[in-house]
Amino acid sequence: MNKRNVVLAFLALAALLVAPHFLKSYGLYLLTYWLVFILATMGLNLTVGYAGQKSLGHAAFFGIGAYTVAIMMKAGLSFWLGLPAAALLCFLVGLALGFPALRVQTIYLAFATLGFNTAAWLVMRNEEWLTGGTFGINNIARPSLFGMSLDGSLAYYHFTLGMTIIFAALLWGLLRSPWGKAFTALRDNPIRAESLGVDIRGYTLLSFAIGAAYAGIAGALFASLVQFIEPAPFTVGSSIMMYLMVVVGGPGYFLGPVLGAAVGVVLPEWLRFAQAWYLFVFGTAVVLLMIWLPDGLLSIPDRLRVRREAREASAARSAAAARHGGNA
Amino acid sequence: MSAPVLEVRDLRKAYGAIQAVGGVSFQVMPGEIFGVIGPNGSGKTTMFNSVLGQIEPDAGEIRLNGADITGLSPLELNRRGVGRTFQTLQVFGKMSVRDNLIVAAQEHKGSMFSRMFAPGDSGLGPKADELIDLFRIRHVADKPAGSLSYGQQKLVDIAMAFMSEPALVLLDEPCAGVNPSLVGGISTLLKELNARRGGSFVVIEHNMDFVMDLCHRIMVMVEGTVMAIGTPAEIRANKAVLDAYLGN
Amino acid sequence: MTDFLQLFFSGMATGSIYALAALGFTLLWQASGTINFAQGEFVMLPAFAMVGLIAAGAPLPLAFVLTVVLAIGVLGWAFKRGVVDPLFRHGMMPIVVATIGLSIALSNGVRAGYSAEAHPFAGMFPDRIFNIAGVTITLADCGTLAFALLLVLATQSFLARTVTGRAMQAVAQNTESATVLGINVPRMIFYTFAINAALACAAALLVTPVYLAKFDMGVSLGTKAFFAAVIGGFNNSRGALLGGVIVGVGENLAAAYVSPQYKDAVALALFMVVILFKPQGLLGRKEERKV
Repeated sequence: MNKRNVVLAFLALAALLVAPHFLKSYGLYLLTYWLVFILATMGLNLTVGYAGQKSLGHAAFFGIGAYTVAIMMKAGLSFWLGLPAAALLCFLVGLALGFPALRVQTIYLAFATLGFNTAAWLVMRNEEWLTGGTFGINNIARPSLFGMSLDGSLAYYHFTLGMTIIFAALLWGLLRSPWGKAFTALRDNPIRAESLGVDIRGYTLLSFAIGAAYAGIAGALFASLVQFIEPAPFTVGSSIMMYLMVVVGGPGYFLGPVLGAAVGVVLPEWLRFAQAWYLFVFGTAVVLLMIWLPDGLLSIPDRLRVRREAREASAARSAAAARHGGNA
Repeated sequence: MSAPVLEVRDLRKAYGAIQAVGGVSFQVMPGEIFGVIGPNGSGKTTMFNSVLGQIEPDAGEIRLNGADITGLSPLELNRRGVGRTFQTLQVFGKMSVRDNLIVAAQEHKGSMFSRMFAPGDSGLGPKADELIDLFRIRHVADKPAGSLSYGQQKLVDIAMAFMSEPALVLLDEPCAGVNPSLVGGISTLLKELNARRGGSFVVIEHNMDFVMDLCHRIMVMVEGTVMAIGTPAEIRANKAVLDAYLGN
Repeated sequence: MTDFLQLFFSGMATGSIYALAALGFTLLWQASGTINFAQGEFVMLPAFAMVGLIAAGAPLPLAFVLTVVLAIGVLGWAFKRGVVDPLFRHGMMPIVVATIGLSIALSNGVRAGYSAEAHPFAGMFPDRIFNIAGVTITLADCGTLAFALLLVLATQSFLARTVTGRAMQAVAQNTESATVLGINVPRMIFYTFAINAALACAAALLVTPVYLAKFDMGVSLGTKAFFAAVIGGFNNSRGALLGGVIVGVGENLAAAYVSPQYKDAVALALFMVVILFKPQGLLGRKEERKV
């Protein structure tokens, strides 16, 4: 973390703390929504971007987290029990989902996660006794922290901001540790990694489990944010959108999800001025973005650097050629 | 007479009707550099992959310092002190050279759980630097490994195999595709590593000069079986080997 | 029993439409490693093209032919050159996301630019019903099944028996070797995209008279084609037909005998079973893990 990055981080934090005062309640809601999705997609970025797995069922974990909190709070239990329960349940289910990943090749793994998502969604939609079916669960309360109520949009925004920063920091710590290199090795060359002693089975399972847990935590926060949970946000379509967010932001870049979630959540809102055409513009923008920046938005600095180095190398070569030009 | 580090007894592997390895036996002594030569298709790589747990042999016994390691996974073998390089280049292109070396040994330090709290380089920085200096790649140490020239990547690849200080290292064609001017350098490096750190090496190679210069003993494989095992001088004088393989 | 047979037969007819979309999907994957998330929209767009041309007064055959030509140009050539070629060497992620964006753009483009309503056009089969041993079968179902079957078999014969077809197969199995053999790989890949476009048009022709063209028809159609391709065998063309029929029949039977809510569950359950126990599909070949 060099000096420039630390300064940028502080500025960003300051902006995030000050922003609410310039926003109306809908804007604040959107900002909170964005933070929730940053958390969810950070988990997916770990699984897909850092560990190189294929996961097209992430929204299922998001939903499992949300429903866990909703169901538990409806049963009278506190949010503070629901949150760790959501994280733990998603961790275990993610671990279980990782097992097919060990046996099945990349493309078929993507299919398996899709199937899992569809199955989870079918249960959410059809099992009314548990999830309320298509009617969902409403009147989900917001928690209180140390006696302070987090009911208001501003309070809940700060809470979500705090949680996002805490969990992002934990993930950052994990990726800075030897685990980060192990995941990269698993992604780039699993066979070589294994021959060097990297337990690719273990890291594969954990990349799914940790990614799922993050989605579960985000789901818990989501439940108290929107205060009404129904199956619609947890379809395969949503998983695909989350995948899009990770890839557009930049897979394997730590802050990729921040940009990706902005593209996925905030951009469609900004584009509403285009009315009926806004999704068309969004879709087209995504296609063009991928063609121009296949490695995501955060690959821009790297690409500029590579281009600069190539220019310098070429200039050096011409200079050397010019110097020796006299001797044939 | 000390015990062999690696003992292979009657190794067999068939692919359908083709007997790729048909009863191969040999021993590698501590500190020895053992060469494996033979025409293409003689079963050298299949034998390697069987020893290294990449494929399951049909029959035979493989012992590492007396312990049976037949059929163990590559992961297990690495944990027991066996390192390898691959025929095709296998570095982690997006990581720096230094990080490549660090990841090559970090999994031997502590448990998966304890590594969550370890510093980024697991304390392996100095060791990595030592190898970087030995291999003379200090000037590219911080660059992504994928941006290096083929020869430099090959050096990184070889260095990675040695990071965890394995007792036995198997090198699959370390000179393949390398500029001839670098081959001598690789030979020197391997001799130095062998002298400095001990350890036994098994090397598959087609470059005859390289093999004859580097290895203490050489095994000649032809059509899945062992034709001869001996010192370079013995092999060079072996009429059957000359006829079958080395030519006149 | 007659109910069962009716459901079975009409399921086969619907399934054969899925098979057309699934076949194109599988061919694209085999030839270029492209997972086309916009495959459903590749059927929707020609459907609306035909709706538009017919509304402008063109007779159905002419509308179909024009649509096929347009599709080959846009969904074949332009898609390949504009989206797939630039992204090919960057791995699966960018192409997958690009086709996701394409799917969103196409369906919403039609919704905003043409209509959010459902549009039919007259089918190519007259409205007749047969009654065989108490089982009611429509001519449309027979015709659909026959037409789709014909197309699938024709595509298969083309791939297996013509020089071009075999060259396309070679490209699918091993692109490097194909290049060395002198096969014009980019052109073979283009032919694959062209065939996909044509098959999608055929699917559109068959599905619109019954299920109507709507901007969001691509979602469910794409999903079913995908399930069909995976169940049947993702690396085998005949698998698409088997998979399609299984999905079509399964749907019908599930809706009638289990519950309409779990209609999708049969295809899904089969899909999961296939993925876990035979990922290469019922008719697929086992793919070796490359070292």
